[in-house]
Parts: sequence; C-alpha cells; structure tokens
Amino acid sequence: MNIHEYQGKGILRKYGVATPAGHVIENLSQAKDIIKKVQSESGSEKVVVKAQIHAGGRGKGGGVKLADNLEQALEHADNILGMQLVTPQTGEEGKKVHKLLVEENVYYPGEEEPKEFYMGILLDRNTSKLVIMASTEGGMDIEEVAEKTPEKIVKEWIDPRVGLQAFQARKVAFALGLKGKSLKEGVKFIYALYKAYTDSDATMVEINPMLKTSDSRILAADCKIDLDDNALYRHADLAEMRDITEEDPFEVEAKESDLNYVKLDGNVGCMVNGAGLAMATMDIIKLSGGEPANFLDVGGGANPKTVEAGFRIILKDPNVKAILINIFGGIVRCDRVAKGVVEAYKNIGDIPVPIIVRLQGTNAEEGAKIIDESGLKVTSAIVLKDAADKVKEVMA
Amino acid sequence: MSVLVNKDSKIIVQGFTGSEGSFHAGQMIEYGSNVVGGVTPGKGGMTHLERPVFNTVKEAVKATGADVSIIFVPPAFASDAIMEAADAGIKVIIAITEGIPTLDMVKAKQYIQGKDVRLVGPNCPGVITPGEAKVGIMPGFIHNPGRIGIVSRSGTLTYEAVDQITKAGLGQSTCIGIGGDPVIGTTTKEAVELLMNDPDTDAIIMIGEIGGSMEAEAANWIKADGNRKPVVGFIAGQTAPKGRRMGHAGAIIGGKDDTAEAKMRIMRECGLHVVESPAEIGATMVKALESVTS
Repeated sequence: MNIHEYQGKGILRKYGVATPAGHVIENLSQAKDIIKKVQSESGSEKVVVKAQIHAGGRGKGGGVKLADNLEQALEHADNILGMQLVTPQTGEEGKKVHKLLVEENVYYPGEEEPKEFYMGILLDRNTSKLVIMASTEGGMDIEEVAEKTPEKIVKEWIDPRVGLQAFQARKVAFALGLKGKSLKEGVKFIYALYKAYTDSDATMVEINPMLKTSDSRILAADCKIDLDDNALYRHADLAEMRDITEEDPFEVEAKESDLNYVKLDGNVGCMVNGAGLAMATMDIIKLSGGEPANFLDVGGGANPKTVEAGFRIILKDPNVKAILINIFGGIVRCDRVAKGVVEAYKNIGDIPVPIIVRLQGTNAEEGAKIIDESGLKVTSAIVLKDAADKVKEVMA
Repeated sequence: MSVLVNKDSKIIVQGFTGSEGSFHAGQMIEYGSNVVGGVTPGKGGMTHLERPVFNTVKEAVKATGADVSIIFVPPAFASDAIMEAADAGIKVIIAITEGIPTLDMVKAKQYIQGKDVRLVGPNCPGVITPGEAKVGIMPGFIHNPGRIGIVSRSGTLTYEAVDQITKAGLGQSTCIGIGGDPVIGTTTKEAVELLMNDPDTDAIIMIGEIGGSMEAEAANWIKADGNRKPVVGFIAGQTAPKGRRMGHAGAIIGGKDDTAEAKMRIMRECGLHVVESPAEIGATMVKALESVTS
C-alpha cells in the first residue's frame, strides 16, 4: 500500500526520525492558520508548499513551491490545491491534488552549505535480507545513480536474526562523510529509520533527499513509504491511511468484489484465474494484435458472482473492444465457470463486444458445449493457441 | 527417481483439519500420495480423513516418520509453521499459504538456513511427481508420468504447461511450483539444478515472471553448467506496466532487469529455447527434444 509523504513522515516521527516542522492543509480555509503554525514552530517565515499525491516527480510538475512569506505561501496553496498535477509518474491526465503539506524551509543558509543524501531501506530479493542503501548523490533518481556511478552507493545488509547493529549504522554514516554532530545525528537517523521500517512492516522506505542542514542537523526532507499489504492485518492504524481517492475507481470496486484488478490502457479486456496465467494471457493479447485493457485475476473460486463482477468492471472501460476469458479449471470445474459466464451475461443484458471464452482442464468439453449452446454471442475455445487465433480474428 | 517427493515420501499436512487443508489432503490421498497424518495444535489425538492428528510436528514425526510436510496454515501463523517443521526434522517443507507478511518470511528463511531442509514456496501450488506423489493443490489428472521437469512461479500457468506437455504425448518427471512471493525457499536456479541432476529428467521447462532476478541467475547457471539438457523458457508479463504489482507479491517491475524482455534476452543468450507465447510451450519442447536426438 502506498501512503502520502505527510503520513510517512508521521510514522517516522513516531520512531524518532527527524523531519522538518510541517502540517497538512485539506481545504483552503485552513491555509492561513496552518502556514502561521508552521512558521511559529520553525521560527522562520520561509516555508515550502508540497502537493500530496501518490506519485513522484512532484516538483517537476509544479507541485512543490518555496515561499518567503505568508502571502506567497497562500498564493501557492491556492494554486496547487485542487490542481490536476502532471508529473513523469502520473501519466498525461495527472492527479488531482486533495491535500498539501506545508513545511519549514530547511535549506536555510548558515555555517555550511546544506547537503543532500539518499537513504533507503528495502528487501534484497537475492539474499532475502533487508538492505540499507545510501548515497552522497541525494535528490537524484537512485536507479540512475546505480547505473552511472555505482561506486557512489553504499549497501549494508542486515542479519534478520539480530537486526541492524550500531556498527552498521556507523559504517553507513561514515561512508556518507558525516562528521561531528551530523555523524551522531546520522547514526540515530539510520537506526530510527530501520525501526520504523520493521515495526510498520514496510516494503520500502526511501528518504530522498535526506538533508544535512547548514547547522549539521540530519532531516528527512522527503519520504516515500510503501507498506506490506499482507501485514496490514496487524497494523489497524496504518491500514486507515489508505487513500482511495488516489486509486483507480475501477480498482477500488474490484477490490470490494475480491478481484485482483489492474487497469491498463489497451483495448482487449481479460478475465483469468491465477496471476501468472493472467499475465501470460495479456501477453497473448499483445501477440494477437491487441493491447491488454487490464490485468484481472478472479482467483481460485471463479463462480457466477465473481465472473459477473469481473464482466461489469471490464465493461466500464470504454476502450474495451473484446473480452478474453481464460480459465484453467483444476479444482474449479469448467462447466460451472461456463454456467457462470452464461448467467452473468444474461444478468448484464446485451454485452456490446465480442467475448472469447477459453476453458481448459476439468470438464472443459462440457464447458465449451454450454457456451456454444447458450445462443449468446460468445465464442468458445479449448486450446490456448485457438483462443489466441480467435482474438486475432476479432482484432483484424 | 524424481526430485523432492516420490512414492516413498511420508507426508504430513499442517493445518490438516481446516477447510483448505481437509479438502486438499483428501485430494492428495485420492491421488495416491502417502499422507501419514496431520498437525492441528489443540486437536491432537483426533482422527481426520482416517489419519492421526497431532498437536505438534515433532510428535507427528516421531509417530509416523514423516519427512515431507505441506502447509495450509493461515498467513498470520504460516511462518511459525514453517519453522516448526524445520525444527522437527522435516526434510521437504511445501508451503501453499498465500499472503504471508514479507518480514515473517525473511525471518523464517533465515531460521531454516543451515538446517538439512528444503522449503518450497510459499504462495505456490506445490510439488508433484506424477503417478507417485501429489503434494499440492494442482489438479492431478492433467499430469502424466514422464521425463520433462517443470519449474514455475505460478499455479494455473504451470497447469497450462503441464497440459500442453501431456497433450504432446510426453509426461512430467517432477513439477515444482516455487511460488510468487518476493521471499521464497527454493529459487528458480535451485529447482532447475535439482532437475538438471535428476537422471530421470531429460528436459526442463522454466516458467518465470516479471520481478526479481531469479530467472537470469538460473539461465547463467544453466550455461555455466554446460547446457546439459534442453530448457524451454517463458516469462509472463511482457505487457505489464512498471511499478504495479500484478497479483503475485513478487511480480512487480522495479528496475530494468525486472522486465520480461530483459529476462528473456538473458535466457536466449544462455542457450535456452525461449517462447514468446505461452501457447507454444509444448510444441517448442517437442522440437527441442527432436533436435537433441537427431
């Protein structure tokens, strides 16, 4: 599950990770009070106004603005709140900004130049261990750093039996060139960040940039946290952070019907049992000359109810020109799935696009017979190649 | 011969009396798998499916000599069940459970390291040696005893490959579903290695998907090992977008090495027979075998 920057920083603060003073604005009427509050907490007029959406690159799209005073901050808040923010990660249509984070500007001048670092924790799938990744190249895309200057990334793997050790946090902090006060704060920062990660069952924590201020404080200037969906059952407080306005409405609806659905941009909808076969079916659509309109795994219990829910969600997408249903019946019998398809079809009424139903496995022949004898505009197939060819015919 | 499970395997079921455990244990017994009992804490002493129920895996091992365990325990308790099985001396643990928190698996995987045990899964369909033992949730009837080994990260897509092999007049030695999670017990490379060293396996099907680098690791190993047996490979998710989880917790494109395209390229470079369409797996295997014998 993705959460907003302000929510992530809330988690970090709970574990003692230093963050800039900041508060959230949800509607413009609060703006003046909140900005003043941030100014009084930080003791500075200068603030930064940041759009809260689930996508990176907000600054590039004009969603992050610096203000020297209250008037400027109000103007930015007025401009950004409610805007359709387009960033390199949102796609062309962008995302509507429902919330703003107002924070103290921590890039204030002083003894030293402020310096940005990268600090992240994630699972290393090769070793099945958590790894701390840090770099002196803060504020940049870490993948780009890894590709161009891999020597600028330090990694520290954590033994799950004992967790992060003090020497490891020191090693990382020294590798970033921290000294004196910033070294001490950096070690504490890394330690607290690790605790925040493990206690919240995160799957990724990325602090980019982690900032060394001009007076040698270490702060999380930005923060991206992803949480493990499978562990939310033991974190009721974190589960509440879900913001469905950030999710695709089709996907929200699918989730309510216990369907695993991901909206895509293509023109052929698909409904499949099993995630691997669903991805493979999308690939077949592409090879047959179409583009997949979605990923949809109906899971092990493909019954009339789930099939109908799947149909309804796929049909909401106006780009869909055909639907391919691909079910490999193991435990679930194909004749029952076929009956489900026919029933769902009749419940929905006239479905305006051609449907190809490929049923294979237990009772596949009976299933195909039910489809063929239903009198509906549905084509059946048993062999996968046959189904692919039929998609090709429809798309031609 | 075969790998991991065979007719002599003594199998216990953890989560035996639950609905999933009961249903699939019943199916396994019907297939002819040697299920010797089960474990449900608090229900020890009962008889279920005409087999004894034990409170702990330790008791079950002592009473039955079990060496294989299949786990249907709910996600919140599944990593504990894995560690219990390893502690009790089980040699092959097959974890079916889907939805185990990642950090639980990080700990469990570390716990079993150094012990004489192999974990397969979690979030997998299990392992089957056709005609001998079905230790999983796959439909038994699509399989046919034979000499093709199959390794896969997914369930129904494996059945698809199995079905194509059976319909091509061939059969399977052992099919290993390694699971779709980011932390799993047996990697693609480890499963391929088992089959490569199995005298009863002539060729291998390796089915992967987006996310992680297991398939690249396996492909590099196959090449370094001298391409001893033909390997047909497929990667699901050629059309998957970056950054979106496609059903499986582990099926997500983070970096450029995670893509199907990158994996297929490495597999081709390492001498595997890579298919673009999952509909071509069976036909490609038949051709690969012909090229070996001719």
